[in-house]
Amino acid sequence: MFSILRKEIRSFLSSLIAIIVIVVFLVANGLFLWVFKETNILDMGYANIDPLFELAPIIFIFLISAITMRSFSEEKKTGTFETLTTKPITDLSIILGKYFAGLIIVIFAILPTLIYYYTVSQLAVPKGNVDTGALWGSYMGLILLSAGYVSIGLFASVITDNQIVSFIVSMFLCFFFYSTFDYLGSFSLFRDSDFFIEWFGINYHYRNISRGVIDTRDVVYFLSLIVLFIWLTKIIFNSRKW
Amino acid sequence: MSIVVENLTKTYGKQNAVDHISFKINSGEIVGFLGPNGAGKTTTMKILTCYLPPTSGKAFVNDLDVEEKSIEVRRQIGYLPEHNPLYTDMYVKEYLMFAASVYHLPNKVQRVNEMIALTGLEVEQRKKIGQLSKGYRQRVGLAQAMIHDPSVLILDEPTSGLDPNQIVEIRNLIINIGKHKTVLLSTHIMQEVEAMCSHVMIVNKGRIVANGKPSELKQQFSAGASLQVTFNAVLNDYQLQKLSEYGTVTHIGGSTYSIISQSDDEKLKSSTFQFAVDNGLMLTEMKLIEHSLEDIFKNVTQ
Repeated sequence: MFSILRKEIRSFLSSLIAIIVIVVFLVANGLFLWVFKETNILDMGYANIDPLFELAPIIFIFLISAITMRSFSEEKKTGTFETLTTKPITDLSIILGKYFAGLIIVIFAILPTLIYYYTVSQLAVPKGNVDTGALWGSYMGLILLSAGYVSIGLFASVITDNQIVSFIVSMFLCFFFYSTFDYLGSFSLFRDSDFFIEWFGINYHYRNISRGVIDTRDVVYFLSLIVLFIWLTKIIFNSRKW
Repeated sequence: MSIVVENLTKTYGKQNAVDHISFKINSGEIVGFLGPNGAGKTTTMKILTCYLPPTSGKAFVNDLDVEEKSIEVRRQIGYLPEHNPLYTDMYVKEYLMFAASVYHLPNKVQRVNEMIALTGLEVEQRKKIGQLSKGYRQRVGLAQAMIHDPSVLILDEPTSGLDPNQIVEIRNLIINIGKHKTVLLSTHIMQEVEAMCSHVMIVNKGRIVANGKPSELKQQFSAGASLQVTFNAVLNDYQLQKLSEYGTVTHIGGSTYSIISQSDDEKLKSSTFQFAVDNGLMLTEMKLIEHSLEDIFKNVTQ
């Protein structure tokens, strides 16, 4: 697994994908947090970086799909899939190697935003007067959400040998799991089941964790989502044997 | 036995890509796997390398079942797939290091350097794979297949698309490797088989239609003798009729004729000579035509 992970990270770095993703993520967040009038922290008057945690899930829909889109589709297109799967590595090791490589890149994109936290805590009156609990909860939520997106992206990549198709499918699925259930719930179509429907969406659990309360149910939700998509990826990965 | 295949079948939908084939390959042999496109060569190789499972039948590599001991089999096999897929954005050394780390080799750097020297990649070792010519890419493909010193090498058309010089180089490389390993290679080039292989298998429509040493196959499939003779003059009808008594005569051009007979070489030669003497003709050239593997291939696959 580690040889695959190392290779993937090297290939992210050498193809500049990782660097572009990190730069785009930071620039977009930087603009929204410090420059744009409606969302900027300086005018808002509160010592928190909530706009970051509201925006990041949307930006990640695009960026994580871009990171994962080539994972398997390119291997399939160029035929290296065959070389890889005839090496003495289990299918799961290949998938997990690629999964953690994607996740590590995303975490590296999130890490520099700690500077925003430091800045805000310095600007707060009195100094350091920020809701640290909610903040760490938000970071934890963001990482769990990204981990979910990466597993969805891997699945989208394994079903096709076309990177564009994989990118679009991944964006659609991430968006679907992030907010569709929320919208469905808000329509009050299902009366008593509305809450139950919202429960299926990522956003519901993400919001919960962002409050700074780490509830096992939310963590279990994210872990189940990840396991589900990795399991689906493994099934499709094996489809050549059907 | 390095490779044992028993009643192997692979079906895609209704089509039998491999149809109940069985064969055995001894260790230390270079075996040529021949057949027209779509005959089932690649599918057989994919089953042996654990990429595809067979529909029915068994395959063993070094006595290990390819389905049950898949990881173990993959560790003992070096595989160069058709079209030699490589990561074009990786550097040669980087890629070989990756291949070495997949096999958890203890002395990766040393092994990579050995492979670079063996495949003659020294000059190109710092380039990206995408920048290499086809011949060098093929060497990278061979190097990754051999990095873990496997006892069995499976090469799917290792010389396709190379220029004649490169073909000779890759061929020599394979002959060298084949001194210590079992090699199963598929190809369309008959000279290649004659130059390299100690054993030949010809498949057609998923079945093995010929299997043996090249010399055995030539004997087996070329009953009778075939002679090409040139006289000092063109034969007239009477002479032609007389000559036809010894076998089937074809006029090749000028005063050259070919005679195919059911009798053996020596008998045909002496009777042709006697014919020339009887008819006051002079023989300016007489040569025995050997059946090439190419003829055998055509015969058994058409």
